[in-house]
Amino acid sequence: MDSVLDIARWQFGIVTIYHFFFVPLTIGLSLLCAVMETIWLRTKEQEWLRLTKFFAKLFLINIAMGVVTGIVQEFQFGMNWSDYSRFVGDVFGAPLAVEALLAFFLESTFIGLWIFGWDKLPRPLHAACLWIVHLGTLFSSWFILSANSWMQHPVGYRYNPRTGRAELTDFWAVMFNKVQLGTFPHVIAAAYMTGAAFVIGVAAWLYIRKADDRALYRRAMRLGAWVLAFSGIVVVISGDVQGKIMTDVQPMKMASAEALWTTSNTCAPFSVFTIGTRDGKHKKWALEVPCLLSFLATGHFDKRVQGIDNLRAEYQKTYGTDPGSRYYDAGGYTPIIPVTYWSFRWMMGLGASGAGLGFLLLWLTRRGRAPNAWWFSWAAILSPLWVLLGNSVGWLFTEVGRQPWVVFGVMTTQSAVSPGVSATEAWISVISLTLLYLVLAVVELRLLVHFIKKGAEAYVEPPDPAWRDRDDDPDRPLTFAY
Amino acid sequence: MELTTVWFCLIALLWMGYFVLEGFDFGVGMLVPILARDQRERRVLINTIGPVWDGNEVWLLTAGGATFAAFPDWYATLFSGFYLPLLMILLALIVRGVAFEFRHQRHDPAWVAWWDRAIIVGSFVPAFLWGVAFANIVRGVPIDAEKNFTGTIFTLLNPIGLLGGLVTLTLFLTHGAMFVALKTDGDIRHRARALAVRLGAVAAVLAVVFLIWAQRHTGNAGSLALFVVAALALVGALVAAARGREGWAFLGTFVCLALAVAGLFVALFPDLMPSTTPGGFTLTTTNAAATHYTLTVMTWIGAIFTPCVVLYQAWTYWVFRKRIAVHHIPTDELAQQGGRGELGMDPDPGHVLG
Repeated sequence: MDSVLDIARWQFGIVTIYHFFFVPLTIGLSLLCAVMETIWLRTKEQEWLRLTKFFAKLFLINIAMGVVTGIVQEFQFGMNWSDYSRFVGDVFGAPLAVEALLAFFLESTFIGLWIFGWDKLPRPLHAACLWIVHLGTLFSSWFILSANSWMQHPVGYRYNPRTGRAELTDFWAVMFNKVQLGTFPHVIAAAYMTGAAFVIGVAAWLYIRKADDRALYRRAMRLGAWVLAFSGIVVVISGDVQGKIMTDVQPMKMASAEALWTTSNTCAPFSVFTIGTRDGKHKKWALEVPCLLSFLATGHFDKRVQGIDNLRAEYQKTYGTDPGSRYYDAGGYTPIIPVTYWSFRWMMGLGASGAGLGFLLLWLTRRGRAPNAWWFSWAAILSPLWVLLGNSVGWLFTEVGRQPWVVFGVMTTQSAVSPGVSATEAWISVISLTLLYLVLAVVELRLLVHFIKKGAEAYVEPPDPAWRDRDDDPDRPLTFAY
Repeated sequence: MELTTVWFCLIALLWMGYFVLEGFDFGVGMLVPILARDQRERRVLINTIGPVWDGNEVWLLTAGGATFAAFPDWYATLFSGFYLPLLMILLALIVRGVAFEFRHQRHDPAWVAWWDRAIIVGSFVPAFLWGVAFANIVRGVPIDAEKNFTGTIFTLLNPIGLLGGLVTLTLFLTHGAMFVALKTDGDIRHRARALAVRLGAVAAVLAVVFLIWAQRHTGNAGSLALFVVAALALVGALVAAARGREGWAFLGTFVCLALAVAGLFVALFPDLMPSTTPGGFTLTTTNAAATHYTLTVMTWIGAIFTPCVVLYQAWTYWVFRKRIAVHHIPTDELAQQGGRGELGMDPDPGHVLG
């Protein structure tokens, strides 16, 4: 690994996957904490405030990590991918700028108000702050996903040969790209699943350990199970929609997802599991479901699915020889097939089983029942890792599956890297960021475990500043302080 | 006015916002070991910026995003060119941001000390490096015909760059001390005010030397006027601080930083990054800009939402307008942390992370 390109790609993979552990947790937990606080406001039941404060503490530890790792994401386009930035800035920069203006300001300002505002804001306004934070995370997702969707399926632009770059012609086409319309619900629902699984996992563990507080953690599990089950359904449905859009706009990605080398004219089977050669060209044994791939790709069990070899011939005719081919198969225009093949399966398996777990939990906790089978407790406790891994392999599939393109059909990853950056600089960057991220991961995990072990604090009536007279006691200590 | 000029002004405005806002929270971070005499005073300092530092930092992200969208070539050349300084700024902002949230989670002295170091270093590094970066942008850097920066990190560490770094460092320290004087009460408030005057005197000398250089290097009538008012505002701030007028003093450093940044941008205009390489490519508002259509869309969005942001951020400062003193810092947390019934599972939480 000597070229800046390789190093920059590894850095992008490392810091992005890492960042995306915290993103879905932030989106999901901001929703769940806002729901908990709102239920407390409506019902005045003390348990809901205890849960709000307990999960908010864990949520705030996560959001801090999400915020700081997010800065790297914005900077590294310019640092490591300057030719990409020059080429697409006109189209791709706009969503990023709007994201900062509309979403980041909202999130960062109102999270500050929420954290420090317990003794400053009337209760409904305090809860509203958290809802606004959640709204901010949704805005943020919308803009960054529309930018990503443009890389998968560039629309609303034209190539200007005079300036040698892509230029925006229709902002709304970029905002409502059909890939975006499938991706947004998929990612958001997966984030809700992540937040819900986190709540379930923590509550299930405490349910076992804190015998005197079981009613509290059962409530949390129930809320988590509802969100997990129903967002799970949205993930499955939107994922199915996405698969069909992908087949339409990036047929090579679908072919690579199945390692389908030759076009199947009818009833293409989907292999659940394959033992084969490393390049995925020859299978020794496979567990196949007949016609399922045709259905996943087209919505019909008997439709044609294009294979890699045919698509490659077509691409070579359209775009010439693949300049990025040295990374992949000798023929070019294909991603790393074993990665796309397995990440596609793991994504679907983890997502669907996560949803299944939600329904199972709802059933097992129905009408006051409690789940007490040991295997089930462990499944619940491990579900956050399960869902987080599902998110990671999903993105791995989406991004690796687009290769060798950085913008599909328009710009290759190879030509996107910064020409002026030296390998030494790129190494310093990837090593320092990776080491720092590792240290922070250890710190954050131990901190989370520490607070999870303590469980929810006893109920303390929070102050409720009236709308007008706030300074009833100017010397009162702060309710929350850093 | 051309849209490219509008966006040049808007980006200048975002950097002004960033310097005046995160400027004081960098200052407070750097002052933690200097001003505070004990743990509770450290917490007073950190809590003055607790609710707002994150929102302040977004001005940087928005400036970055706006540069990417409005002047893609500027973003590409600057970020890939100033690679290592930006990496250091990133690392600093990461540890600093996490430190604010993690520091108070445990009361183990070693734990707190580590995060204090993160806050201090994480505030010093960007406070210095932003000055280095801006001085070099104004001074000009080697850029080849392909618009790529051809220097190294040592190209940036020239005398003017280093002077620029010291200017932002001392100005942020002064601005931070003014903010502490405005936002705290008790003994620390008076110490902060006295320190602000001393720091401000140093900052004023460095800043005047730097601004005279900038004016002679590339200045025009507009930048001269801005620089003069900025310098007067700083002097006024010091006088006000010496007389105990903390509000006016903070306004003075606020105006000084805002107008100094504005003056640098006015001096730079219409260049974005002048090249010192013969035959090199000087990035300007016209040759590095996005298309008219993109700028139009962005102008509409910016015009609608920027005022909203300013309004709700201002509201936050109003909500947290109260001064903080040592007696506002809760003391019962230590007891809460270790003293709750743990069902025998976590008898000594100090060992979990300590």
